[in-house]
Amino acid sequence: MQSTATYDHDPASTQLLSRTWESPPGVLNWFTHVNHRQIGYRFVVTSLVFFALAGVLALIMRLQLISPENTLLGPDLYNQLFTMHGTTMMFFFAVPAMEGLGIYLAPLMIGTRDMSFPRLNAFGYYVYLIAGIALYTSLFLGMAPAAGWFSYVPLANIAFSEGRGMDFWTTMITFIEISALAAAVELIVTILKQRAPGMTLSRMPLFVWAILVMSFMIVFAMPTVMAGSVLLALDRAFFTQFFVAAGGGDPLLWQHLFWFFGHPEVYIIMVPALGIISSIIATFTQRPIFGYTALVLSLVATGFVSFGLWVHHMFTTGLPHLGLSFFTAASAMIAIPTGVQVFCWIASLWGARIRFATPMLFILGFFAIFVIGGLTGVMVASIPFDSQVHDSYFVVAHLHYVLIGGAVFPFFAGLYYWYPKMTGRLMSERLGRWSFALIFIGTNLTFFPMHQLGFEGMPRRVYTYLADMGWQDLNFAITLAAFVLGTGFLLTLINAVISRSRGDLAGSNPWQAETLEWATTSPPQNYNFRHLPVVSSRTPLWDQSDADRLECVAGLRADRRELLVTTLLEARAQSVLIMPNPSIWPFLLSLAVGFGFLGFMFEPWLFVVGFALSFFMIVGWLWPKKPWLDGEQSYDQSHDQC
Amino acid sequence: MNQFIGRMLTNRINPVHQISHAGLWLVLLCALSSGALAQLSTDTSLSQSALHPASSQAQDIELLWWIMFWASVIIFTAVMALLAWGLLSGRRRPSVLSSTASMRFVLVAGVAIPALVLSALVGGSLMLGRSIASTPPPDALQVRVTGWMWWWEIEYLDDNGEVVATTANEMHVPVDRPVAVELESGDVIHSFWVPRLQGKTDMVPGKTNNSWFTATETGEFRGQCAEFCGLQHALMAFVVIAQPEAEFANWLQRQASPASAPETEAAQNGLAVFEQNCGQCHRIRGTNAIGNLGPDLTHVASRSTLAAATLPNKRGHLAGWISDPQRIKPGNNMPRTLLSPQELDHLLVFLDSLD
Repeated sequence: MQSTATYDHDPASTQLLSRTWESPPGVLNWFTHVNHRQIGYRFVVTSLVFFALAGVLALIMRLQLISPENTLLGPDLYNQLFTMHGTTMMFFFAVPAMEGLGIYLAPLMIGTRDMSFPRLNAFGYYVYLIAGIALYTSLFLGMAPAAGWFSYVPLANIAFSEGRGMDFWTTMITFIEISALAAAVELIVTILKQRAPGMTLSRMPLFVWAILVMSFMIVFAMPTVMAGSVLLALDRAFFTQFFVAAGGGDPLLWQHLFWFFGHPEVYIIMVPALGIISSIIATFTQRPIFGYTALVLSLVATGFVSFGLWVHHMFTTGLPHLGLSFFTAASAMIAIPTGVQVFCWIASLWGARIRFATPMLFILGFFAIFVIGGLTGVMVASIPFDSQVHDSYFVVAHLHYVLIGGAVFPFFAGLYYWYPKMTGRLMSERLGRWSFALIFIGTNLTFFPMHQLGFEGMPRRVYTYLADMGWQDLNFAITLAAFVLGTGFLLTLINAVISRSRGDLAGSNPWQAETLEWATTSPPQNYNFRHLPVVSSRTPLWDQSDADRLECVAGLRADRRELLVTTLLEARAQSVLIMPNPSIWPFLLSLAVGFGFLGFMFEPWLFVVGFALSFFMIVGWLWPKKPWLDGEQSYDQSHDQC
Repeated sequence: MNQFIGRMLTNRINPVHQISHAGLWLVLLCALSSGALAQLSTDTSLSQSALHPASSQAQDIELLWWIMFWASVIIFTAVMALLAWGLLSGRRRPSVLSSTASMRFVLVAGVAIPALVLSALVGGSLMLGRSIASTPPPDALQVRVTGWMWWWEIEYLDDNGEVVATTANEMHVPVDRPVAVELESGDVIHSFWVPRLQGKTDMVPGKTNNSWFTATETGEFRGQCAEFCGLQHALMAFVVIAQPEAEFANWLQRQASPASAPETEAAQNGLAVFEQNCGQCHRIRGTNAIGNLGPDLTHVASRSTLAAATLPNKRGHLAGWISDPQRIKPGNNMPRTLLSPQELDHLLVFLDSLD
């Protein structure tokens, strides 16, 4: 299905279009790129680097716990490591990885050339990068935060956590949320206003639906944790009393703010994963997924309900029982949309002749792991049961089953599935299978026994335990298993690096998939689509009347960056949007903002300097500039050729 | 099953092939879970196992767990079996479920059954939760436990709420009589958890939480802080000793009285060493040591453990703890005490006499 090849009837105009959308070559120009594919790709790669870092931290922690009363790490270093592990996995891997996939894929899947605010996109990436680098600098300087990724007050307050660690944490959390919000706002506008003509909401790919729901969740969830971390920063720097009981504040206020974000956070990670699963199942069964509408509704329902159950993280804090009961019911209720999804997928798989390539293996692995995590999730929604297992290793097991099953397996499936689109080459199938087998076995051997450790009374976040507790055998086995798991992940990373240059060439649509991202070359040209496609069904690539061509839009200028804006519900062509060119200003602005925030930790007045610098960068960013190439004005008038 | 394995081996090189791994996974998972279950009976001297309950509350929770466990086993097996069945049914002759059949399938398996199971679970756990969260009976023993970084202060209260006796890191309770525990914190959030007696309840600064339990057998039950509370969260433990009512009454009476005066000369010297070096932080009722930053040591020799249930209370351990507490619990709030060997010896003799 080389559907693009036949469009290129006019080489001169195609060349001009390519030049118009080109990201300037050269390393120095790296910081000027604003294209969604470059930014999305960087998000994915950077998030994988953080995933590897956090994984290494986990392995070091497992070495500490391999035997009772081990002295490999002291309590201080151990506490820094588990804080960094959780913070990295939640904020620096999972959300950016999913956003990265969304930023890369959503515009391709809806048939447009770029996102609505490319410069904001670039700014979001640099903010993320700066936050990550700063946080890891603090670790290597030996002053990383050590109050847990949840940073409960009063422990996280200045009275009990002196030093810069928590300042780094509050600043970087605020930072990473700025990045997430930028991406979310962009994805919402892009998805709602730039879909290819004819792609009504009910024809939108499920992955795009999932990204849309995720983005709305980010918009509502992230501000609460930003508010929380700003209040905490004020408590620490200026001795306000928001969370100080003695000063009339309330330590539980922090927990409410944190978990009002923190619980939806889990679903912010999982919802896009559900979209990935739907895409892959449809492709690998070669037929449309069953229950499109049910799947969309359950995605939306998951998004809504996930905001109603944050208090189940606080069942042991002594809140009144009647109030807690509401959250038990809400926590159990979220199992229903999840059940609908799972059974829609099973119905879709029913009787299909399936290709068991690596992406599909990860999806099947997802079913087993995620169902276990979901079942223990329903268990911890029960208040009395939770009072026994809360903050024990049972919950460590539960959350890793949910997050690895619900996010990492689908993400890796997506990585194998879309890798050829991003790089033009397939990942090695043999390495992929080995990687999958090790990850699947490693996950179960590492985390399943933790349920039992929890019942035996082993609390979370302990750097040591006494020899007489009877926990050493399981801990020993878990540590070995963790290295199996680590090896599995390492194989996929190696696979990704090697296949970049040595993998088999993929062609535009190696999996015979049905959605629009496969209607262009792999990797896509600078302009994504030579002609913007027109869509008349949910599975455009399977439903073309002529196998080689989609209907398309013509008439956009080739000498400047133009996009088609369509109506929100029906995706009727509405207007043409002129996009900005590559620019260094988003990068400079992120440096200025970073300087202000990081400087604030050392000298409060540096914030003012950062603020002033930011002002200049914004002026530079907004300075009017001619958006077209000189002397080459040209319209694409090849209506008849598409 | 052999057929699957054979197919898998022969097809390994082929990148896109048509076999089902689901069966293998099922076997693997069953093996895993049965292996883990076989171990569930592990028991050691310091067992904190929630599956060996020693109170009526912990027993109820254990029952709830086993119900949920078997329900989960059934659900998990059913989902995996459906998945495997669905995958296998297409191997020879691909087919599609009709959309009515699919719809019925999703409505029954994905909506109706979960809704029923979840309603039962929510109902059951709310009723149990209500009985656990209810106020304790009026004849309950009143105890106030305060969490500190990183030890436990335990105060026994009389009917008027006055403190009768204060101890640390060791709680004695009568069997078959409800014990009502008031939970407070002196610094950060801690959590009171004795898995064999009761689920955890947090100790939040500025707030008094309540928990209660009725021990149904005598014995020693270890508890451990469950909310991350900083450097030595890992070694913030304590023991609860459940004993017959009469024995408990004797113990309480003894704890309520001040320390007996040192009799030997060594013990008298030891008292002086204590008052000079330890009295700013520790208290021994009946002496000039009236510090309140660390545990009350009035009857320290009667306790079975040291350093918040980290070490058995033996003379050698006590000497090691006094000389270098940072080696045993790095980061704890007790500094090293520099004493001459003779001073240390006298101090130990004195502390030993505090039974």
